[in-house]
Amino acid sequence: MSTDSVRAPLSSSSFPTTVAAEAIETIRLHGAETFPYECCGALIAVDGRIVEAFRLDNTTAGGAARRFRIGPDGYRQAEANARARGGTLVGFYHSHPNEPARPSAYDLEHAWPNFTYVIISVRAGTPGDITAWHLRDDRSGFDEGELIWPTGS
Amino acid sequence: MAHRVLIPTPLRPYTSQQETVDAEGGTVGEVLSSLTTQFTDLRRHLYADDGKLRHFVNVYVNDDDIRYLERDATKLKPGDVISIVPSVAGGAPGPAAPADRSTELSNAEIRRYSRHLILPEVGIDGQRRIKGGRVLCVGAGGLGSPAALYLAAAGIGTLGIIDFDNVDESNLQRQILHGTPDVGRSKLQSARDRLTAINPEVHVETYETRLTSANALELFKDYDVILDGTDNFATRYLVNDACVLLKKPNAYGSIFRFEGQASVFATVGGPCYRCLYPEPPPPGLVPSCAEGGVLGVLPGVIGTIQATESLKLILGAGSTLVGRLLLYDAWTMKFRELKLRRDPACPVCGDHPSIKGLIDYEEFCGVRPAAATAAAGPGVPETTVEELKARVDARAPFFLLDVREPHEFQISRIAGSTLIPLGQLPSRLSELPSASGQEIIIHCKSGVRSAKAVALLKENGIEAKNLKGGILAWIDKVDPTLAKY
Repeated sequence: MSTDSVRAPLSSSSFPTTVAAEAIETIRLHGAETFPYECCGALIAVDGRIVEAFRLDNTTAGGAARRFRIGPDGYRQAEANARARGGTLVGFYHSHPNEPARPSAYDLEHAWPNFTYVIISVRAGTPGDITAWHLRDDRSGFDEGELIWPTGS
Repeated sequence: MAHRVLIPTPLRPYTSQQETVDAEGGTVGEVLSSLTTQFTDLRRHLYADDGKLRHFVNVYVNDDDIRYLERDATKLKPGDVISIVPSVAGGAPGPAAPADRSTELSNAEIRRYSRHLILPEVGIDGQRRIKGGRVLCVGAGGLGSPAALYLAAAGIGTLGIIDFDNVDESNLQRQILHGTPDVGRSKLQSARDRLTAINPEVHVETYETRLTSANALELFKDYDVILDGTDNFATRYLVNDACVLLKKPNAYGSIFRFEGQASVFATVGGPCYRCLYPEPPPPGLVPSCAEGGVLGVLPGVIGTIQATESLKLILGAGSTLVGRLLLYDAWTMKFRELKLRRDPACPVCGDHPSIKGLIDYEEFCGVRPAAATAAAGPGVPETTVEELKARVDARAPFFLLDVREPHEFQISRIAGSTLIPLGQLPSRLSELPSASGQEIIIHCKSGVRSAKAVALLKENGIEAKNLKGGILAWIDKVDPTLAKY
């Protein structure tokens, strides 16, 4: 089993950077299943490592091809799940169907601080790049985070 | 008065990692204001530049979202706990829905829709999206009428209507697309005339056909929203399943007597009609509007709610009824709301769907004509209105029992009949001439309730015959002077 650093700029010590392979697999599968619509879910960390990607319903009313929304019920569900695992809710993931894994203006407008936003690009139904982002404290933009997961088998 | 405020994880760095904070105030607005005075960094994350709460910030007082209370002005009682609960949203670059169908607005359109355009939530972009929008109304009846009228007035680009009926006098009390001169005309022609008169810019597409499993997917595929204005369970399940399969939102409404329901089904991730009602009721249990009656303005309320939801779905804005079932009681004038969730075990929208194509919905609902007769009980002895007339003329002795309700009896009755409503029949069997051996003939409006009465009497050892077609057949074939309802 080798460890592959996917992107390495701007690591922030307070954000988790390592992810369990199962969580990455969940995100990839979820993105492929919902294509051409966006998938979304919560990221749960234990001891600073993201151990679970927890699928949530995309409740957007704005056309799921380009939008996702996790309502207050979904948020509470995510928190409860994190608690049940003895972990913390550290962020959310979503897919960009046929678009790069970079945050959009809409992502910025709706972002919460201190969360890790993981984006997966899914092109023609095939999962691609996975990136992580953190909102700047003054809401002026996102900084890209580091995300490391084991690859190979 | 100090209140406890629960701070969500992402905002705790601004409250020195405190999960709960006490803040002063008598209303939600005052508490939030004192909170952001104590912790100034919270402000930019909770409030947008215009000073309003960001729309992905949800504030609850105990278990209630303040949007459903009095928002900022919601008054607080001692001990009330305020929670800030995030919604999380985002998405790919670009507008929510591809805007290729929306078009520029002419000056005439700008004048016409000015009251929309000055709403920042709609504006020019929103009106263009409405103009590019396509809504299909299934049915041009009670619900379809107000929905189509308002959608046409709102400037919807394409309005499709499916119906196969003609306008009947008894429709006019609620189906406001049609007027007295339209009686006997096709509902689609009448609808087209009325809608074009309201707004000639709207492209009205009419489909004079019954919606079936064979044509539903083809009819729905080019529309953005399907507006369910159907009046029976088989078509309702058909509309639902077709919407789920095509991933088209279903602006749902239904009405009965004084009560209505509305929701939005079949959005991606949201619940569908089957999550709410996995199985149809047994045939005959829930009477139709023709049997149970309906207050005329009721579909006006529910149909306009469906039109509202359709517009918001097209605008991609506002809070729709996804995940909520709105219940309305016109008689007590009360609105209630139930939370709905997608059922992961739902046979059509669940995680492992067993229904992957459209099925036979009449069979599913048990309403195939043969099945309906069987449900009424095989071998219920029947007689026809002609035979009944012959008996009356021959002055043959028999007992004619009417099992309708007193208000129906008041509208019209067959001379010489005795009224015992079906519900009272079990406790009033002693009033029947069973001992005398006199033959009993039972009727109702159309023959359904009286068939049940015949079966009920048989269980009690009393023989009787059902009058086929009920008083309606009597009026049609024997005595047209009686009032038909």
